[in-house]
Amino acid sequence: MAVQVEFLKSVPYFCGLSIAELHSIKEVIFEKTLQRGELVLIEGEPAEVLYLVASGAVKVFKTSAEGKEQILNIVRPGESFNDVSIFDGGPNPASVQAMGPVVLYGIRRSDLEIILRDHPLVALNVTKVLAGQARHLGSLVEDLSFRHVIGRVAKILLEHAGDGTGARPRLTQQDMAAMAGTVREVVGRSLKALEEEGVIRLERHRIVITDKEALKDMVAAYF
Amino acid sequence: MFEMPVIDRAKCDGCGLCVSVCHCNILVLVDNVVTIIREERCVSCNRWCTQCEDVCPTGAIRWPLEIVIE
Repeated sequence: MAVQVEFLKSVPYFCGLSIAELHSIKEVIFEKTLQRGELVLIEGEPAEVLYLVASGAVKVFKTSAEGKEQILNIVRPGESFNDVSIFDGGPNPASVQAMGPVVLYGIRRSDLEIILRDHPLVALNVTKVLAGQARHLGSLVEDLSFRHVIGRVAKILLEHAGDGTGARPRLTQQDMAAMAGTVREVVGRSLKALEEEGVIRLERHRIVITDKEALKDMVAAYF
Repeated sequence: MFEMPVIDRAKCDGCGLCVSVCHCNILVLVDNVVTIIREERCVSCNRWCTQCEDVCPTGAIRWPLEIVIE
């Protein structure tokens, strides 16, 4: 499949460019196809290519020394990843994996530098994209830094627990994030931490509180 | 049986991201709206998945969880 100019028009990096400009940029873009689970980038390795997601979705994540995964972002069509290391020359700050079949458009650093020189509007667009990413990561860092989020999640679980008859409303992780004043990624991490502590069990479509008293203690400890 | 994931047809923009990430192949686009075709196979991969909800840019597909005390 050839790189589509129509698609490039929808990419924030190239917002406001003429069709002729997009055609010239298209010439340096290459396509990469991935299957579910394939790694696009590995944290710490040298970075040479900026990627745009053309179709499908990828997850950007870091892995701790203990092997715990923290998702930083999910990148959807039109969005970019690996921006930071392309611009600062450092290694990949995180790993990136295909969540399903994915088509990526890649631009090598040397080509991107030429694009920026030839099309100053792209530099302004890049500033906006990076600012948006900084804002997202800032809120993520804030929540991951404050351990009381886990207490808020524990409190929500206790307040919404039913007896299994379906009488209580079901909650999505997004609902819990909104209630806890955090982002979905942090709720997912908190639930997994609570499971590791042995106070809840994550089942197919349920969260089972296995130790109510311990969960109450956690709420008390964090508030 | 409680249907899951839950789809808000009005919010679905037909982007198909949920279809592409579904491990169990239970989702398809019908008339540009995501539709469940094999409900019983959801989570047949035996994962605590929720990836369809994760990728949905419009909040049209949700994976609500029941919270119970053992």
